[in-house]
Amino acid sequence: MADLRQFKLPDVGEGLTEGEILQWLVAVGDVVVTNQPLCEVETAKAAVELPSPFAGTVVELLHEPGTTVDVGAPIITIDLGGDVAPAAPAADDDTPAAGLIGGPAPGGRTSVLVGYGPRNTEAVRRPRRSGAAAAERATAPQVLPEADYGSNTGPGSERPPLLATAPDATTKPVRHGGLETGRQAEAAAAARPDVEAAPSRTVAPGRGAPRPLAKPPVRKYAKDVGVDLTTVTGTGAGGVITRADVDAARGSGARTPAELAADAGTVVRFPVADAGTEGREQRIPVKGVRKHTAAAMVASAFTAPHVTEFLTVDVTRTMQLRTRLAARPELAGLKVSPLLFVAKALLLAVQRHPMINSSWDEAAQEIVVKDYVNLGIAAATPRGLIVPNVKDAGRLSLAELAGALADLTATAREGRTSPSAMSGGTITITNVGVFGVDTGTPILNPGESAILAFGAVREMPWVHKGKIRVRQVTQLALSFDHRVVDGELGSRFLADIGAVLHDPGTALAF
Amino acid sequence: MTAVPDVREMVDPVPGAGAPHLPAQPDLVQLLTPEGERVEHPDYALEIGDDELRALYRDLALVRRWDVEATALQRQGELGIWASLLGQEAAQIGAGRALGADDMAFPTYREHGVAWARGVDPLHVISLFRGNDLGGWDPVQLGFNLYTVVIGAQCLHATGYAMGIQRDGADAAALAFLGDGATSQGEVNEALIWASTFDAPVVFFCQNNQYAISVPIERQSKVPLFQRAAGFGFPGVRVDGNDVLAVLAVTRAALARAREGSGPTFIEAFTYRMGAHTTSDDPTRYRLAGELEEWKLRDPIARVKAYLSRSGKADAAFFDAVDAEGDELAVRIRKGTLEMPDPAGTEMFDHVYAEQTEEIAAQRADFLSYHAGFEGAEQ
Repeated sequence: MADLRQFKLPDVGEGLTEGEILQWLVAVGDVVVTNQPLCEVETAKAAVELPSPFAGTVVELLHEPGTTVDVGAPIITIDLGGDVAPAAPAADDDTPAAGLIGGPAPGGRTSVLVGYGPRNTEAVRRPRRSGAAAAERATAPQVLPEADYGSNTGPGSERPPLLATAPDATTKPVRHGGLETGRQAEAAAAARPDVEAAPSRTVAPGRGAPRPLAKPPVRKYAKDVGVDLTTVTGTGAGGVITRADVDAARGSGARTPAELAADAGTVVRFPVADAGTEGREQRIPVKGVRKHTAAAMVASAFTAPHVTEFLTVDVTRTMQLRTRLAARPELAGLKVSPLLFVAKALLLAVQRHPMINSSWDEAAQEIVVKDYVNLGIAAATPRGLIVPNVKDAGRLSLAELAGALADLTATAREGRTSPSAMSGGTITITNVGVFGVDTGTPILNPGESAILAFGAVREMPWVHKGKIRVRQVTQLALSFDHRVVDGELGSRFLADIGAVLHDPGTALAF
Repeated sequence: MTAVPDVREMVDPVPGAGAPHLPAQPDLVQLLTPEGERVEHPDYALEIGDDELRALYRDLALVRRWDVEATALQRQGELGIWASLLGQEAAQIGAGRALGADDMAFPTYREHGVAWARGVDPLHVISLFRGNDLGGWDPVQLGFNLYTVVIGAQCLHATGYAMGIQRDGADAAALAFLGDGATSQGEVNEALIWASTFDAPVVFFCQNNQYAISVPIERQSKVPLFQRAAGFGFPGVRVDGNDVLAVLAVTRAALARAREGSGPTFIEAFTYRMGAHTTSDDPTRYRLAGELEEWKLRDPIARVKAYLSRSGKADAAFFDAVDAEGDELAVRIRKGTLEMPDPAGTEMFDHVYAEQTEEIAAQRADFLSYHAGFEGAEQ
């Protein structure tokens, strides 16, 4: 007799909300024993193996590798069946018993940890008793402030959520680092008239309005097909919206594909007239470093007005100097790369133009000019783009800087860059030249005011001392935040970097 | 004249396993090599019977099995967090078994091995990590204080307790546990000073597992930790923390010294945290796999097993029996965890003070009446 149990993704690291399934270590039909590793999950904190809480046969893997799953969502179904099953009776559905992992816990939560777990339901005020108890309560001594003791009861439930999960005109998104993206979503939500105008909506929008009741798969289904659940009347038990309700609402033609297309937050798949693209598109979920990069870039591009300037420089002398310096004992064993000289030139130029090394503090309406340089280096790693920085690079000797750059790239390549190495940057270099391209228009690392792109160094015909010679030439591109840096400052800064690279001797004059 | 290389400089810190990144350790006390060979030390002789040896092996194996099960339970969402002792079993069992009945241990939050040796029910420790209580055992009865999560705070508690022993004229000692990271805490240094100046009967047992979460020992101290004791005015000794016999001998000697009124000792048990700091940590982000492989060669349990089997003091049947006992223990822990009832919300008011105060009682009553104010609440 089948005794199906589901294992729900636990919070493996104190307060996580989701995890990505990296790979399955078992397949459907496998017989697993308790504590046998089922899958590898990567969270914001660590990549860990999840051991099976059950002994039995794998019936279904509920998510493909690469899927990001919310804590509390089932990930695998295991049949405890026949003789391997413990004495516990099979539940009439596949929900584990109360108190067990994944099972119901007080207050509409799922037991993932003792005490707390993700809520499956919206916070609803528990009805208060009328009469005696309430009266007694009213006269009780006010010793403690009322607080929410772990279940969704009491006044605590009325607090606005700390993290806005849906755009809401009355709740400011406070998700760290994504403020601008959040505001856009908020604006988009406010601009969506259909939500407010929905005829079946009986409750005023905003705080206190209950979300329509629907199970997560139905919620997702509705989102996928573009049905707004606030417009749907639920026919399930307790007014819960079922899949059939969504289909019915969809069939009623409440929303046309064109309307859906206008809805920025909705994925719309138009009927494909030309079968030529069928099966030839790949949809890659946005997550991890990609997600972070996207948020940072959008925030930067739509916050800081970017200006990019270009300079082509003859760096032959720097390349010659590089050969000479590499032979010096101070730099023995260190990688003396062209990037090292660009970094040094930038640091020297920052000394002359400290304003370039600053950040815009929107909240305080101040420009923060930094007396130290944490030099970011954009690095392509197997996990994606990251920008670790060399702390206090302005104080390092050339040899120390070379060592720091080598450490930074080696660490990044091994995927061991720590969060602290990626925070607090003040200015950045992106070395696009290593990919063989000449230049680009880099986007600022959020919180910084300038970024320098360093192109490939090529042998080019160049006018040198009045004659056309073959010289080593590169292009520099500097993007800067025009709120902080004007064209003059940006130009002088870029020209200074170019001057040092053209003739390193110039550095003596700086 | 040809320079003669200083042979000691080339001594491996734990003989038998190459460790290029570690400094030489001529002072390391070791009685059982990583290969399971019994060696003698001039200052720390250990007479130990075969039964006792086998019992030590059983302790080590069962504690590790407990640890593995607890880690799995956390990964299944049954524990909020777990601090694994993997790799530190010998340090903890050696120290725990060196304690006398009247001695008092002051653990951190990782001393599951010592808890085991003191007779604490593993489920009591589990309930703490499940968030059900803050430690349900009786510290006085077991001679094992509650887990202390505040880094280093227990060193002051132990020193104070030891000064109490002194004033009572009792024949006992306190054993304070701490980690390498805790040595940088002000409280620990205060405890060392008080213990030293009062000749308090306390032993500081520092498990140097090389990392304070992600911070390596090199960022904690420029000198070997045991040498710090000299600055405070009492002896320090470094022992191979993966050698249960050496830890047992060194800790016994230090406790005896404390009981006889000769003052504190600082023991640095040189070991390695083979797992993560806790289940919330990912050590691959800050240490290299090669280092772990190096330490696997010094596994604290494998060497005892090798010694027992090679010397004929235990046979395959013995090891199988211990394994089976471990599995039974794991089943008991799993079952006990899953069946653990949620604590009542009012429990938090019940043990604030030894005797209930009016104020707390009023808060408790208010809390109860508040919860009774909802429909469907039990009257």
